[in-house]
Formats: sequence, C-alpha cells, structure tokens
Amino acid sequence: MKKNLYDTIAAIATPAGEGGISVIRVSGGNAFASLGEIFYKDKGRKLSFNAEAVLSHTIHFGYIFDGGNLLDEVLVSVFKNPNSYTGEDIIEISCHGGQYLTQRILSALLKSGVRLAEAGEFTKRAFLNGRIDLSQAEAVADLIKAKTEKAQFSSIRQLEGSLSDFVKQTRKELINLTSLVELELDFADEGLEFTDKSEMLKKFQLLKDKLEQVIDSYIAGKVIREGVKLVIAGKPNSGKSSLFNELLKSNRAIVSEIEGTTRDYIEESLIIKGFLFSLTDTAGLRFAEDIIESEGIKRSMDKIYEADVVLYLIDSTKPKGTILDEINQVKSIVKPEKLLIVLSKSDLANSDGQLNELKISIKDSNTIEALKLKMVEIVSNEITVGKSSEITLTNLRHKICLENVVASLSKAIESLKNNMSGEFISIDLRNAMDYLGEITGEVTNNEILSNIFGKFCIGK
Amino acid sequence: MVLCYVDNVLNKSLTDENFPFFSIYFRIQTRMKNSYDIIVIGAGHAGIEATVSSARMGMKVGLITMDLNAIGRLSCNPAIGGTAKGHLVKEIDALGGVMGILADRSGIQFKMLNRSKGPAIWSPRCQSDKEVYLKEATKLILSYENIELIQDMVKKLIVDDTNGDGVNKPKYIIKGVKTESGIYITCKSVIITTGTFLNAVMHTGRNQTLGGRIGEKSATGLSECLMKLGFKTGRLKTGTPPRLDINTIDFNKTVPAPGDEVLLPFSFRTKTGFPFLQQVDCHLTYTNHKTHEELRKGFSDSPMFSGRIKGTGPRYCPSIEDKVNRFSDKPRHQIFLEPETLNGNTIYMNGFSTSLPLEVQETAARTIPGLENVRIVKQGYAVEYDFFPTWQVNATMETKLIEHLYTAGQINGTSGYEEAAAQGLIAGINSVLKLKNQPPFILKRSEAYIGVLIDDLINKTPEEPYRMFTSNAEYRLVLRQDNADIRLMKYGNSLGLIEDEYIKILDGKLDLIKAGLDFAKANTLSPRQVNTYLNEIGSSDISSGEFISNLVRRNSVSLKEILHLADFTGQEKLREHLLSDENTLSQIEIELKYDGYIKRMHEQIKNFERNESINIPPDFNYDKIQSLSAEGREKLNSIRPTTLGQAMRISGVRTTDVSALMIFMRG
Repeated sequence: MKKNLYDTIAAIATPAGEGGISVIRVSGGNAFASLGEIFYKDKGRKLSFNAEAVLSHTIHFGYIFDGGNLLDEVLVSVFKNPNSYTGEDIIEISCHGGQYLTQRILSALLKSGVRLAEAGEFTKRAFLNGRIDLSQAEAVADLIKAKTEKAQFSSIRQLEGSLSDFVKQTRKELINLTSLVELELDFADEGLEFTDKSEMLKKFQLLKDKLEQVIDSYIAGKVIREGVKLVIAGKPNSGKSSLFNELLKSNRAIVSEIEGTTRDYIEESLIIKGFLFSLTDTAGLRFAEDIIESEGIKRSMDKIYEADVVLYLIDSTKPKGTILDEINQVKSIVKPEKLLIVLSKSDLANSDGQLNELKISIKDSNTIEALKLKMVEIVSNEITVGKSSEITLTNLRHKICLENVVASLSKAIESLKNNMSGEFISIDLRNAMDYLGEITGEVTNNEILSNIFGKFCIGK
Repeated sequence: MVLCYVDNVLNKSLTDENFPFFSIYFRIQTRMKNSYDIIVIGAGHAGIEATVSSARMGMKVGLITMDLNAIGRLSCNPAIGGTAKGHLVKEIDALGGVMGILADRSGIQFKMLNRSKGPAIWSPRCQSDKEVYLKEATKLILSYENIELIQDMVKKLIVDDTNGDGVNKPKYIIKGVKTESGIYITCKSVIITTGTFLNAVMHTGRNQTLGGRIGEKSATGLSECLMKLGFKTGRLKTGTPPRLDINTIDFNKTVPAPGDEVLLPFSFRTKTGFPFLQQVDCHLTYTNHKTHEELRKGFSDSPMFSGRIKGTGPRYCPSIEDKVNRFSDKPRHQIFLEPETLNGNTIYMNGFSTSLPLEVQETAARTIPGLENVRIVKQGYAVEYDFFPTWQVNATMETKLIEHLYTAGQINGTSGYEEAAAQGLIAGINSVLKLKNQPPFILKRSEAYIGVLIDDLINKTPEEPYRMFTSNAEYRLVLRQDNADIRLMKYGNSLGLIEDEYIKILDGKLDLIKAGLDFAKANTLSPRQVNTYLNEIGSSDISSGEFISNLVRRNSVSLKEILHLADFTGQEKLREHLLSDENTLSQIEIELKYDGYIKRMHEQIKNFERNESINIPPDFNYDKIQSLSAEGREKLNSIRPTTLGQAMRISGVRTTDVSALMIFMRG
C-alpha cells in the first residue's frame, strides 16, 4: 500500500523494554477520531471521549479498550494543531509500561485508521509543516542520542535555532557581498561610486575568518557529542591500571563496558562534570632501542596518536634524573597541548621531587579529584558552549557544508586578488550561498532529506 | 468599409521621398479584410516582433495601432541595447527577430559597454536615429504581404466560454476584437502589446493629461474589458526627461562621448553597408548644487511627492527629483546629451527624467554647464498606466484565463524596448506554434536571457517595472552577447525565422572554434618564441615549452598575439582563418582563459537542470498537501509551475513548501 504523507501515524515514543510507563504518540487529522474509538472515560464504555471538545494541552484520565476488552487505564494528553510538535493534532497515551501491553494498545489504534509511523516521521512532519527547519530537525536527533548534559545543552541550543540564526546572518552577509560585486557590473555606466578592492577584500576575509572559527568549533562539538578520547599511557608498573580502576570506581553505575578487539587495551566511558570521557588503558610502553618492539606496544602507540588527551603516568619513586629523561622522551612523541603528565605513587615518592607535574596517589582521594579537575580543565579549554554566544558545530554534515562555503569563498577571494571581473567572483559567491542553504534546507535535495530523516528512531 | 483613419497616413512627418506611405494607403483601401489568423494590438517593439515573427511563420496577421505614424517609435531614450539589454537584442536577432537589424540600420553611435569588465558583461549599445528607426520598422512591416495595418483602437475582446476554471484550463477562448470605430474583426489569436497606453495618465507638475505619450491619446476600454473577464491589474509609473533644442546648447562646455572605433553591428545577419548612417558623439555634463536647489523648489508641485502618482516607479531609473531627494549627499549627477536624430534639432537629456513643472525643468536645466540658455522643446513627464501582473500568463506568454490570448511588453510590467521585443517575439512564435498544434517554444534560464526574463516574469511578484540585469542571469558566463548565435540560431532556423545560409556560416564558426581549441591544447610555444612577448606585457618568463592553452590563461596574455607567434606549419589555412575572425578568436580565448570558472558554471547548470527535469503533473492538486503555507499554496495554485525547479523560484513559496511538494510527489 502506498503510504500517504498525511495519514495519521502512531508509534511508541518511549524506549523498548520494561518501564514505569510507556507513551504512545499519534499524529494526524484522524488522531482524535481514532482515539475516540478506543478510549472511554469509564470502564463500562458508556462515556465516550471527544478530544475535539476539550482544550489543547490538557490531560485526561480514562480506559483503553480493544474491541470489548479493557486493556489499561491511561492518561491521554491532547495537543491541537497547529500548536503541537508536528503542527498536526496529536494525542499521547501514557499507559503502564511493558512491551506486551504497549503493543496491544498500539495495535488497537492501528485498527482504527492509523498507520505505524516510519523512522523520523513525526519530526519530518514538524519540518514539513514549517515548525522547525532542517538543522533543528537534526538537533532533535542529536538530543535523543545525547549522552551527557553538555551534549544535551548544545542540541537544545541548536533546536532553539542558534545555528539557523547563524546561517541566516551569514546568508545576509553573503548577499551583501554579492550585491557589492553585482552593483559594479549592472550599473557601471551610472556614474556611481564603488567599494574599492581592498575594502571589499577585507569584508570577504572577515566573513571567511568568522566561518572558519565556527568550523573549528566542530572539534569542541565532537568532544561534546562523542566524548574525549583519553588514553592512559606509561611504562609498565607506573600505575596505569590502578588509576584506570580508581577513576571508574565511583562511576560504575553510569558507564557501559566496551572491550577492545584485543586484550592489549581496554576502553571505558565515564562522565566527569558533565563531560563524557572515553578512557583507554594501554599496555606499558618501553622506550628501548627498537621503539616498537611488540605488537602490543604498537597498538598502544596507535592509541596515543588517536587520543584527544594523553594522560602519561610516571612512577614518582624513580630517581629524578630518570623521571626527567622520561618526560623529555614523551614530549618528543606527544604534542604538548594534548599531553597531561602525572606522577603516580606520590605517597611513596622521594622527598627530593621538586617537579611541577601533577602528583597523585590512589590512596589519596583528594589527588584523584584534583586530577579529574585537571582533565576537565583541558577539555574545557577547547569548548566554549555555555560560556559564549558562539555556536558550536556538532554535526558532520553542517561542518562539511560550511567547509564548502569557505572553499567557495576562498575561490572568490582568489578571483578578487587576481583582479578578475565581478561576474567571476559572483559564481563562487553563488556557490557559497547554495552550500550555506543546504544546512537549513533552503537549498534542498532528496538525498539530504532522506539521509536526515532516516536517522531518527521510531516515535520521534 | 472604412477601417481606419486614412488621413493620418498622409501626415507630413512621413512625406520623406523614400517613404512608401502610398503603399499603406493602397493596401488599406484595397486589401483589408476583417478576418486574420493573428491580431496584434499595438505597434511598438513587442508588437513589431510579434507581428513579423508570426507573419514569417506563415500566418495572416492584422496589426492594429492607434497611430500609423508611430510604428516602432522610440518613446523614451533614442538608444537600443545597453547592459543586459544588449544581450537581449543579440538573442532576439539570433532567433530571427528584427530589433537588431533595425538598430543597425538606424544607429548613429555604436559602443560596446563594460569593456573593462569580463566578457560576460560586455553589452552592445547604440544611439539610434529615432526617425530612421521608425521608418525602417514601418518599411519592414509593409514588406510582408501577409501583414495588414489597421489604424484603430481595440475596445473589446470577443471570447467564447469554455467552461474551464481559468487555472488548469482557460475559462474562455478568443474569437476576435471589437474596435472603437465599431468594427468586429475575427481571428484565431490575439497578442496585446499596448505598452504604457492602457488608461495612461501623464503628469507634469500639477497637470494631468490622459495619454500614453505626449501628443498621443490613452487607450481606454480594453483594460476594463480584460478586468471584467477576470484579469487582475496593477498600476505602474515610468518617466521621461525633457527634449532640448540642439541650437541652444553650448557643447564646448561638455565632454564629448564618442562611440567605439571599431564598430560591431547587433545583427549576426548585418553584413554589408554597415554602418548605414554617419556616426556622431554624445556629450556628458553634470548637475550641481544650484540645479538641485532649483529642483527642490518644485518639490511641492511634484506629482511623485504629493502622492498624485499611485503607480510604482522603477528604482533603477529614478527621476532627477528622486535622485536629489534620496541621495542628497551627492554633489552632482551625470547627464548625457544624446541626439534623437542625425539631422534633427532635438537632444535627449539622459539622466534628467522628471515630472516637475515645466518652468522648474527649464530653470534647473539652465544651471547645468552647456545648458545655460537651453530651450526645452518637449517637457519631461511621468506616465502612469495599467499593467497585468504576469502570474496570469504562461511561459509562452499566453494568458491562463483566455486561450489564444497573449500579452507582451510593458503591459506585462516590464520596462524597456528590448524586454518588450523579447516577449513580443516569444508571444508571436508561440501563438503560431499553438495554432499549428506544435509544442511550445520555451527557453530555459540556462539558455538565454530571454529565458531568464520570462521565467522571472511568471514566477516573481513584480514590485517595480522589470528590467533586465546581468545579475538576474545566474549562468551569464555562458550566456554572452558574443555567443548568442551559437546558443539560439538553430532554434530560429527550426522555427523558420533564420535562413539556412546563416546556419552554414554558424557551422563554419563552430568548426573553427573547435579547431582553434584543439590547436591551443595540443601545441606549445618555446621560451625563445614567447618570452619577448611575455616581457613586453609584464608577464613572467617561461623556462620550458608551454601549451598555448596555459599561456592564454594568464591575465594579460592575448590569444591573438600568441597565435601570431605560434608555429602553424602544415596548418596555414587554420592560421589564416583564426587570425581573420575576431569574433571566433574571442570565443576561443574566453573558453581557454576562464576554463575553470566555466566548468564551475556548468556544474551549477547541471544542478539547476536536475530540478527542471522533475515535472509536476499539470493537474496536480496542491490542496492535497496540507502542510503548504497559505501563501505558498495560493501561489502554486495560481502559477501552476511545470517543474519542481520552477516551483522553487516562485516568490512566496517557502523552502518547506518545496520540500513538502518534493516528498509528496515521491510518495
């Protein structure tokens, strides 16, 4: 059967599995009517319910029936178009949790002229009804997947339209630049004064810089969304595994274990102050004549290169000279901005240690807390969300679009520098505008749309 | 049966010995019949193209004008072409229209504008002797046996009901017209090209006169008839500057503005005898603060500022009072003094369009260097007129409401002779194709400025008279004035408007371009051959052999110079052909020099055409898509785009509307 874009659709909006309550969402022109067929105010099915007759944004108690069978007592929320998530009439049935019951209620609805929603279809409708734009639709997807508070914050900002606002503003600036260029072409014989080249170049450069800053924010955005890759490295017996376990200890409840493909390293996730860290414990490193002497060490090195932050542990009980040598060795391998050198076993350390590095002992929880703070500090340096009004890119598609905008803008700048006539500059400005429009869906094609809508889980 | 006022034909202004007014007289007396295939109402630039093209495509055409002495009159400035407009003329010509030929025959100064810009912006323009233009146009019309001229005013359209809704299917079908003198003329198609004459009111100061041009009456009745049938109308305004007595101007105080040294004709078909007339200079002078002061004194009497003019005027061609008022910081504005005729006494005061009282016009003009003692022979004025917003027509220029009725030119809310002529040509061609049951002729935005013009007209909501700009044409790098023949002449040929001999010439040119490109890409120049030249023009040396195609990509390198240095051994004929054909040489040079940009533009065109190829069924029901915005739905319903690409360009249709449409059509 061909699915109609304006069928009334339903789906279970809460995750599968046992739970206190489940929510079934129905959206479309027949939402109220189909509810009326299965929902009554009393157990005797005498008091029928007409959602049309009640106010929008109200909740109603009653009973759900499938044919003559009472299924559950539920709460029904009523949202009337256009003031709903999709812009259509929506009802949400909050029933008791449990797969079987929820499925029964859903199938009762399906018998009353409603069809099952496809992935992302509610959001698709919100988009089609002009409730949200494309970047906001993507933010919904991100919001659902958000693992941390920070990620959620960033998605909400996007949902509120901060990216859309930025795109709109940038579009305006591009249009302004284009107008400057065009003016000189179409009105050359009108005796007007034109913006001089260096002034124009300055404006182009300014916009390009601004866009590049936003693109740079993607790194931060990625950290927010996917977490910081933190690798614990060091020589054998420097205390890596102890620290690894110590860091995870208090956070067990909220991490899930992902084992590495080999036994050479272990990955775990934890959240510190709202930031998601993905922790990797590596096999001990030996800086021998052959730097890479085993497959395990090679893997450890690979992990170090992939890491956002390398937490390098050195046993502080060693002689100061040895420690300093090791510090130098590490610094030659790992970039300073992502290196955090930590001296372990500080409780056993020699008293002559006048080293500036952070010292920890797993026996002293204060030192562990200090380490955690330091870890957050390093990450925070890269992240501006919540602190400034700048937007943060969290979506790869947006980043690619913006990179294309910048590439086009660079070509335009190149043409300008080469004294090319305006119509050549304008070609690339037009391209820039098209790429920009792809972010919010102003320039749109089927692929982008289906790609975006395919990403949603059923129910949203 | 008297169908016209024959006495006007004998008007003394046309008693030039060469002028065949007797033949008009003769034809009117003996051959007038009251039935035609096509009737064209109005003999301006749109009307001429519509008439001639449909006649040449085999139709019997009746051209009705209020004044037989005003066929092809240049009502405003005595010039054809200009930025973007020159492109239109070249395209009209390549399709087999006549404007280019008439401009060539009447031109008294030819100039390629914007030479300092890139080749896509170069635009030909000429000053035309308006008397010669008019006579050449009249002669041309009279040279076709199957065109008959009628002097009369059309008061009413005669239509039959078709039971259509006026959106998917026309509501009426045209049957004929009824004129002021009470004659009923039957026909299969009507093309209305009435310019600014519908319910026209002229303003000068506080004076208002009915009329579309000074000394000419207004056309009344037709507008009302169209409105009664269901058309929506609007009001627009345009203006014209005063004409000056040439003998009262001191040209020594002005700067001469001559034409080009090497003259290029508009028409690809103009070969011998060009230029046909003696070439003259224009003159440049400037207003000053005194001028502006004098003008301000008249503001209280201005029909513009007092609100007596309701119609919207163009922002790009403001009156002098508007310029002074809005740009008060500008100390001066340029004024071009352009001869209206070669031997006549009047000068067109370009840049001084005004509707202030005549006394103010004169006092203000006299503050301008060279014009201290000037006498105005014809005052500047503004004219307000009815137009019909073009969402009511299809891309063929046929109205949606009445089958076989077409509108073209200023009645469609455009400005300019060239824009009008382009529409007239398209209306003429399509009216014939439809009568012959052949598919319509519609140019894409990626093919021609004419395509851009008409696409904009039918999709955009007009806010001012529409004028062609190069920036309206997204793909202008490939829509150049120099390659209009390559782009369009074959269409003209298949329509029967371009003779085979020109196609032969065109094919020769295409072959030569290909041979030239191949040569440039396959042959190198050695340092010894080229470094001297490179030094001369300040370009850096080469140290080893370099392909011609790469050398030409350098900013200041000229292909012609390089070819002079190249070794053509065994291909001497090619050398001779290339070096003797400037136009072809320049095409090759452009292709080579701007290769990267042209490639990017072709990418854009490919993207554009993807959406153009997604058709929307003609009977598509937009009411089925609930999520369309109210305005979007209304626009889609009234304009009824034929492709998804077109839907995206309609003003008022939002992105979300297009997405909904896209998803809906995909199912």
